[in-house]
Parts: sequence; structure tokens; C-alpha cells
Amino acid sequence: MTVKEEQTIIDVALENLLREVEGLHDDGYRLVQIGCTDIGGAYEINYSFDKGYQFKNLRLTAGPETEVPSISGIYWGAFVYENEMHDLFGIPVTGINIDFKGTFIKTAEKYPFSVTRRGGDRCRNV
Amino acid sequence: MPERIIVPFGPQHPVLPEPIHVDLVLEDEKVVEAIPSIGYIHRGLEQLVQKREYTEYVYVAERICGICSFIHALCYSQGVEHIMGIEVPDRARYLRTIWSECSRLHSHLLWLGLFADSMGFENLFMRSWQLRESVLDVLEDTTGGRVIQGTCKVGGVRRDIGQEKLDEMHRELDPFEQKCRDLGDVFLNDETVKYRLQGLGVITKDEAYALGATGPTARGSGVAMDHRETGYAAYGDLGFKPVVETAGDCYARCAVRVKEVYASIDIIRRAIEEMPEGPIDVKVKGTPDGEYFSRAEQPRGEVVHYLRGDGSKHLARARIRTPTLANIPPLVKMLPGAQLADVPVVVLSIDPCISCTER
Repeated sequence: MTVKEEQTIIDVALENLLREVEGLHDDGYRLVQIGCTDIGGAYEINYSFDKGYQFKNLRLTAGPETEVPSISGIYWGAFVYENEMHDLFGIPVTGINIDFKGTFIKTAEKYPFSVTRRGGDRCRNV
Repeated sequence: MPERIIVPFGPQHPVLPEPIHVDLVLEDEKVVEAIPSIGYIHRGLEQLVQKREYTEYVYVAERICGICSFIHALCYSQGVEHIMGIEVPDRARYLRTIWSECSRLHSHLLWLGLFADSMGFENLFMRSWQLRESVLDVLEDTTGGRVIQGTCKVGGVRRDIGQEKLDEMHRELDPFEQKCRDLGDVFLNDETVKYRLQGLGVITKDEAYALGATGPTARGSGVAMDHRETGYAAYGDLGFKPVVETAGDCYARCAVRVKEVYASIDIIRRAIEEMPEGPIDVKVKGTPDGEYFSRAEQPRGEVVHYLRGDGSKHLARARIRTPTLANIPPLVKMLPGAQLADVPVVVLSIDPCISCTER
């Protein structure tokens, strides 16, 4: 039997991110991926979830200096995507359960996909 | 309390053809914690989408991986086709399905060989790769390429398979399946293989789902999830049921792949029998303007190509989430409790593809 796939995109504000993610987790959704898109000086971050081929995306728009809270407290496996967000885009993600502090993906150039290509590192959690 | 030491596993290791590093925290010979690290060969292929026309990027997408290359091209092409509202001809959908399943077959046979090698079963390794060669021969005959096929494009496929070749492939499927079943019988029933794999690297159904496991890693733990169920390409016409095992150990993940070899042969057989006549592509006009999360089932699990077009001939963004990246958190949970000598077997049980991960 073929299952029809549906995709929805829901815009989410930074202050509501964790609450929305928690809600999807409680509804039985699995985390598929977290991905960033450069939208000209800022990032669009897609948090993708799936349950029975129903594909939901929470879309967060964040500036390059905006600190984004980690969802790894809700989805343990999110650390791979959040470290990737930091290492490739330079997005400061706070509270990652396994924070590689910029060493997860080794690139010749720091933050190669960053919209600003700035040198500083504000993601280092202390 | 035993003293804890850290043993680095990789990035260069005899069982790893590609570099991934895991710091293993050991108490005596027992793993108590595993910390992964990737990124040794990150290629930035996602960024290249802004410098290649959307029709040309299929070639780049195909080169993300040397094993599941065709399915990357298919997933990317499907995404662009969805954004542009392109309906692919039926014959192209069936041809895409045949080549996808050939990719799955040779990937699983490759993995079975590597897995046997990691257990020290060299004869089984050679038998698996011998069978894989015949699949690569079919890919070479029908596409011109063993590793990179170059046949998928936006709007359909570039090459057809003639009826004579389809008949020949169909005739060869029965003896090939028998050889695969003989091989699979050793993986599934040999006492030494079972002794080595059963109860090793266990991950429960709930853990696999919660950690975002995908492909045989998830299905080996009882998560009945396979994107072919959504009916992309010709899977909707041919019908499909995921192969699922429930034990969640290395043996279950191996059993899923062995049985998926049989399932792939069956899908190819039915696709040949039901192959529709007609064109293999449609003319593509215009440029993509919109976004879509295209998903497909690779040998290692679900792949996601997020594509966004802005109406120009270059896509604004391609974000590719490959299955191995999703299977790293489950691997981190599988390793604690294993003996150091079993680590290569557990790591290989997720079929890590670092080429995909370092897209």
C-alpha cells in the first residue's frame, strides 16, 4: 500500500522554538534533519520532523549573531546537526549535549558557509 | 573501579575504507563511551549548487557517493521536477526503479563482503564481492558506468534499455537469486556468524526511533520505515513492503540487508515484466522557482535533498542530509557495552558511508 507523503512548513519564533519542538516530540515525531539556508545576511533554519511520512518543518529565521538554543535536550541525536550548523555556518548554538566546540567538521576555512565569514567563535559553551 | 583509557578508532582503520574517528573510552576491554568525529574530507558540494546550472548539478549530486550515486541523482531530479511541476514518463519511472534497485543490490553485496571481512570470514567476503561484480556488469551494460551511471536527468532518463537486454536481465535473475540465497543462507544460518553477531550492538525500537535512525539500522530494530512506501519512481505501481527484523543487534541489521537483496531482485523482476512502452524523458523548459524536501530510500536509509530555486538557472540552496549522518547518534548508543574487538563489527553494522556524510 502506498502512503501519501505530505509536507508542511510552519514559521516559528526563536522564543517558541523549544516549546514547538517539545510538542512534536510528544506527538511522536522523529527528527529528520536540521538545515540552514543563507537568505541574504541571515539564516533560515529548517527543523524537519516526520511521523508516518507526514513531513513537518519548523522554520526559524535568525541573524548571524543570534544565539539559537539547542534542541538536543529533547532530541538527543540533534547534536550532529547542531555541531554542523556551528562548524559550517558559524551559528552560535547554546547548550548542545555533545558540544565539539568547532571540531566536529574539520574545514580548511573557518565557517565556510557563513553569511558574514566572521572569525570570532561565539558558540563555545563555558 | 577499573582504570579508564581512551583508544582512538580511526580515522584510518583496516575496516574503514573512508575516514571517521571515534574516541573509545574503555574500562579494561569494554567500551563505556564513544565520541565520534567526522569532517576529514568535507567537500562543500552543497555550496556548488550556486555555481552550476540546475540541470548540470545532477552530475554533482551523483558524485556525492560512489555507491548510491544513482539514487542521489534520482532524489535531486525528483525534487527539481516537483518544484517545476514536471511529470516524468512512466517508462523513465520504471527505468529509474531498476537502476535504483541495482544500486541497492551492489551496495548491500559490497557491505556484506566488508561485514564478513570485519568478522574475519574472508571466503564469505570474496563470494559477496563476486556476486556484486555481476550487478556492476549489468549497470555497465545498461548505463555505460559501473560506479557513476550518468543516466538520470531532470525530466526523465538519458538512456533506455532495449527489450533484448531486458529479456536477458530477466533470464539471469533466477540463477542470480539462487546464488544470493546460497550466500544469504551462510549469513543467516552459520553458527559462527550468529555467535559473533547476535546480542551485539543492541539498540531497541524506541531508541532507534528517538535517535532518528534510518534504513536497515532502524528496520533491524523493528521500525517499519522505508521511503519506498511513499511510491516514488515506480514503487507505487509495483507495490512494496519494508523488510523488518526486531532484535536490534548486528545480526538483525545484517538479516535486513540480506532479505533486502532478495526484495530488490523481486522488484527488478516485476519492473521488467511490467515495463511500459513510451518515451523516456520530457523536454524541460524554464527555471525552478520554489522549494521542496525531496526524499528517497538509499541502501543506508532515507536521504533528503532540500532544494530551493529563485527563478534563476542556479538553485539558491541544496541541503543534503545523508543517511549515515542520521545513523551516527544510534551508533554512539550501540557501542557502550561492546568489547574493543567487536567495535569494527558494530561500526560496520550501520554501513557507514563517509563519502555521503562529507558531501
